[in-house]
Amino acid sequence: MICIVCPLGCELEVETGREPKQIVRIKGSRCFKGKEYAAREVTDPRRVLMAVAKVRDGHLPVVSVKTDRPIPKQMLREAVKAISKIEIDAPVKAGDIVIENLLGTGARVVATNNVGKAISILTVK
Amino acid sequence: MKKVLSDVLVLGSGAAGLAAASKARELGALKVVLLDEKEEPGGVLPQCIHPGFGLHYLKEDLTGPEFAIRLYERTGSLGVKVVNSSYAMDLLACKGKRVVRAVTPEGITEFRSRAVIFATGARERNSFEIGIAGHRPAGVYTAGEAQTMMDLYGGMPGQEVVVIGSGDVGLIMARRLALQGANVKAVVEMLPYSGGLARNVQQCLFDFGIPLYLSHKATKILGRRRVRAIEILKVGDRLEEKLGTAFEMRCDTVIVSAGLVPRVELLERAGACMDPATRSVAVNELLETSVPRVFAAGNALIINDLVDYAAIQGETAAKNAINLIRNRRFPSDRWKPVVKGRNIRLIVPQYISGRREVSFYGRVMQPEENVYLKVPEIGVELRQLRVKPPEMLTFTITCRKFGKLKEDKITVAVEPRG
Repeated sequence: MICIVCPLGCELEVETGREPKQIVRIKGSRCFKGKEYAAREVTDPRRVLMAVAKVRDGHLPVVSVKTDRPIPKQMLREAVKAISKIEIDAPVKAGDIVIENLLGTGARVVATNNVGKAISILTVK
Repeated sequence: MKKVLSDVLVLGSGAAGLAAASKARELGALKVVLLDEKEEPGGVLPQCIHPGFGLHYLKEDLTGPEFAIRLYERTGSLGVKVVNSSYAMDLLACKGKRVVRAVTPEGITEFRSRAVIFATGARERNSFEIGIAGHRPAGVYTAGEAQTMMDLYGGMPGQEVVVIGSGDVGLIMARRLALQGANVKAVVEMLPYSGGLARNVQQCLFDFGIPLYLSHKATKILGRRRVRAIEILKVGDRLEEKLGTAFEMRCDTVIVSAGLVPRVELLERAGACMDPATRSVAVNELLETSVPRVFAAGNALIINDLVDYAAIQGETAAKNAINLIRNRRFPSDRWKPVVKGRNIRLIVPQYISGRREVSFYGRVMQPEENVYLKVPEIGVELRQLRVKPPEMLTFTITCRKFGKLKEDKITVAVEPRG
């Protein structure tokens, strides 16, 4: 596998033992983060998810969001569907919590950009 | 016509421009003006919703918009004057003046400055530039256009997608489309290796089961009103087309990720010396172009792998711009060319003095393993496990190392070990 932690992309090799998910050795990483990544990838692969959520009355129709921690890899597509169902009101500030507990994973979905309220240019004073 | 005076004028409010403007104020420039053609600052960052930004520059792993907000808030607190929705039309550099004429919401404005930093970023190549002929059906987008559509406006380019080009932007969009439920049928790459970082091939393609067709070329887009298929054939190692290998892949959307080209037309028209290898301006170690007191940084100077490099280049340009303004004139440096040796396709800066520490950015022509990066005139030898064109080379040469320089030039080369 190729490590995805940093742009170096070291080629990692994980030796597993007789028991399922028992790790014997990790070869090829140039830092400790790579070893951690490889160990977790074999036992419980997770990814940070990024997507967009709909915004009501904002100057843009969506705001970019991300999970505040990695979630199980196999839940990614279901998670995207869950995020596409919600709609939040403008204004949105980067860091605002959009979903408190994503699909029971404990991960929060937070906004990563600011979206202000749309200013109508047709307002009559 | 409105006239605006400044000490430092920065064109482009992406990573390089925001960093440059803040640095200029930090170093004491009285008036710093930052111009951008878009309505919002941040350049391309607000649509890069994936993490991986700022690991070096801010020691944090942020998404593109978060990184842009950080840099933008800093320009605000430092008192940079930000002017949006302004398109620069001309750079007039003669008789010591540095004037940028731009169209702004208030009409045509002349921005007169003591130094100008071009941080205008790069544009994408489109399908016509890579020789794909045919009708012009709906459903053909560059990777950046698809990203704008999806990540700023929440739209969906299509359902059955083929990506042409395996550079990082194409890989990122392949993943993004797959996450939103599209069927990404293939990423087609002409060369025998991917144009992006290995980690992106892993996390964008392998992780999602998206097939990567190396040594394959897209030749025709089929469909009259909407894309209905794409024609692909095999190519050899010298990119020669292999007859009889053509096949059609049905799809309704084609994403073109054919590379980035620096936006430096104004500099070229103003007479700056260009480097055909980088398709940008040639600069000295101060990141100054051949037009005195006009600098370039970020993707406008060289297509960078990491946003951190763009920000650092912006700061370097700002530091040197301030120095030049303060000292009025530098003691005349004799600029020595940086010659490209074996397996070096491009290198920045193109000229050095040998009297200052210099950070170099470059790319190789061919992938190689177990090599040395050498600068023979000063005996520099850096071991590299693996070099390939999509992975930028960066290295710094200190004043002390330059002390050994006796020649009128330096050569940068990649040589095999042993």
